[in-house]
Amino acid sequence: MANDHAHSHTALIWKVFAFLSVVTIVEVFLGIKKPDFLYLTHFLGTSFLNWIFLILTLVKAYGIAWYFMHLRDEKTWLRRAIVWPVVFLISYLAFFLLYEGGALQDILREWTRWSYN
Amino acid sequence: MEATIAESSKGKTWSGGGNRPFDASYGKMMMWFFIMSDALTFSGFLGAYGLIRFKFIDSWPIADEVFTHIPFIHGNFPMYYVAFMTFILIFSSVTMVLAVDAGKHMKQNKVIVYMLLTIIGGLIFVGSQAWEWKNFIGGQYGAVQLTDGKIVQFVDAEGHQVTLESFASDAPSERIQQTRSNGLWFVSEGALPPVTLQQVKEGFAKHPEIAMRTELINLETKKKTIVSREEANKFLAHATQVVKGANLKVNEYGATLFADFFFFITGFHGFHVFSGIVINIIIFFNVIIGTYQRRGHYEMVEKVGLYWHFVDLVWVFVFTFFYLI
Repeated sequence: MANDHAHSHTALIWKVFAFLSVVTIVEVFLGIKKPDFLYLTHFLGTSFLNWIFLILTLVKAYGIAWYFMHLRDEKTWLRRAIVWPVVFLISYLAFFLLYEGGALQDILREWTRWSYN
Repeated sequence: MEATIAESSKGKTWSGGGNRPFDASYGKMMMWFFIMSDALTFSGFLGAYGLIRFKFIDSWPIADEVFTHIPFIHGNFPMYYVAFMTFILIFSSVTMVLAVDAGKHMKQNKVIVYMLLTIIGGLIFVGSQAWEWKNFIGGQYGAVQLTDGKIVQFVDAEGHQVTLESFASDAPSERIQQTRSNGLWFVSEGALPPVTLQQVKEGFAKHPEIAMRTELINLETKKKTIVSREEANKFLAHATQVVKGANLKVNEYGATLFADFFFFITGFHGFHVFSGIVINIIIFFNVIIGTYQRRGHYEMVEKVGLYWHFVDLVWVFVFTFFYLI
């Protein structure tokens, strides 16, 4: 086996679960409340609130991949072979798709009528 | 079963000839590469959703107003139920990782218990998703679609959405449900909306306190725009049909693509959860009959565990992009 750990990870697993739960509760709380000073702002293409959601989501993804999928126990280069391509390709794809979406909106706005005569 | 596999093929076909690059077995490595490709598939879908959402950023439906149901309780409860679903999935991830952990210590009974809990968690999640779909498809308030495809909804004086039935007139309807027994036997028809367009128009004229809301979002207040009575009548002159609920062609929440992406992405994820449950059940029975105890290790549990965690990982993103942002 790759990981012949003599000790059990149970305590760590429950800690990670507690952490993920707290992050989820914070997300849901903010999602229901939507405080104006975060929601009605604009920063790098979207509101502060959305940036908070995005960062918390990435934190959760890290927790799941590192501890639950035990990437941290794998050899360094297996870990890098998995994480680097995914992170690079997804950032690339997301950047261009979202940027293009914004450009489409800029054009579409001119041609959309919201009143009738 | 282990004993039935010929000794010569064992350890060659399925273990890459015993090579262990990066100290990982062939099976585990391939599971990781499958997960990577699946992650890219999901990011393609979510990226497409993001593109369309940015394209219609000034008129996209507001998630809080769409997903507001809790079982057995009436009222407006955004987010709570989907938060519950998220917890179920995270918790089933925890029991899965506990099963893997117990497997490393060759504790068969513990693996059985934790695998069972994982499967139950998965079933609860899929069931919840089916319920979520049912509410989404059934709809809540109803809306009217215009000739150019726009959706208009109706609100009361406080700006809360109201159902069409609550103000539509009871003018006699000229249209009855087509069924095989009262119409053409070879033609079937989806459920008719609860009210007709004529009834909505008459009801709207009779109730001055009811206002019309368009899809357009005021970017300052991030609320949908409520138009004046005069404007509203011009909108209604262009109405083509009453919409209740959602399908792939039209939905009462707003942009058609909103429902299309919702069905496609949550459906694709739900199908992953379903496959995960099936694979978990197969491995669960293998654990019960002692296959891995005899093999000397529980790596299969670890591998299905990786898949199961991945499904949880994807849900974390779906949750964020469909419900939070």
